Amino acid sequence: MMRSSAASRRTVMKGMGAGALALGGLGFGIGSARADLAKAEKLLKELIGSKTPQEGKVRLEMPQIAENGQTVPLTAAVDSPMTPDNYCKVIHIIAEGNPEAGVCSFKFTPLSGRAEFSTRMRLAQTQNVWAVAEMSDGSVWMTKTEVKVTIGGCGG
Amino acid sequence: MTDVKPRIKVPKTAKKGEIVEIKTLVSHVMETGQRKDAQGNPIPRRIINRFTCTYNGKPVCDMVLHPAISANPYISFFVKVEESGTLQMSWFDDDGSVYKAESKIEVTG
Repeated sequence: MMRSSAASRRTVMKGMGAGALALGGLGFGIGSARADLAKAEKLLKELIGSKTPQEGKVRLEMPQIAENGQTVPLTAAVDSPMTPDNYCKVIHIIAEGNPEAGVCSFKFTPLSGRAEFSTRMRLAQTQNVWAVAEMSDGSVWMTKTEVKVTIGGCGG
Repeated sequence: MTDVKPRIKVPKTAKKGEIVEIKTLVSHVMETGQRKDAQGNPIPRRIINRFTCTYNGKPVCDMVLHPAISANPYISFFVKVEESGTLQMSWFDDDGSVYKAESKIEVTG
C-alpha cells in the first residue's frame, strides 16, 4: 500500500521533471533541488574544511519511507575501536532537502565506548540524508541514504 | 517554560568496562522558526541547541542540535563504564534555560 503510493508519486514527480518543485506545490516551496544541494555542500565545507570525505566506515540507518516527516528515526554509527589513539570524534548529519541543511553534530570521546547514537529528525521532503564522520586520525568518511517522505515535517 | 522535563533511562549497575546504552527524552516543542502563526507572523525559533553528557565529570559526548531535530528530542548513545559514578546530562535551551538530569551507575564485579 505504502510502496505503491510512493511509487505513483515518484512517477508524478518524474512527470513534472523536478521533485523539489512537485513537493513545493504541497506547501514546501524552498528552492530547487540544486540550490539545496549547494547549501548542503557549503555546510559540509564549513564543518570539515577542505578535506575530501571517503566512502565507507560510517553507517546511517533510516527508514526507506517516512510517512510522517515530523519525526523520522535515525541511527548513525562508525566502526571504530574508540580507544584514546583511535576513535571517532564526531558524526555530522546533513539533510540536503531541508530549509536548513544542518541536523546535528554528535561529538564522541573514547569514554563513549561505541561511536553510535540515535535520534529523531524532521524531513521537509523526499531527499538524501548525509552522515559524515571525522576520525581522530583526521580522516573523514561519509555515507548518504535516501528517505522518501509522504508528509513533510518543517512547514506550518 | 516549566513543562520541560528530561526523562532518562540509565542502567543501575554495570560490569567494569561494559558499554551501556543511555536513552533520553525531553518534552520540548523544538519550534523551528520556519512556521507562521494564524496572522502570518513568523513564530520565533526556540529549540534545545545543545546536549552534553559527562561521567564523573569527564566528557562522554556533546551534541549540537539544529531545528531539524524533532519535537521532544530523543537521544540515545553509549558510555563505557570503568568505575562506579554519576552520569550527568544537560540540555541547553535557546532561551538560556538549562535542564539537567543525573543518574548513578554502580560497577559490580
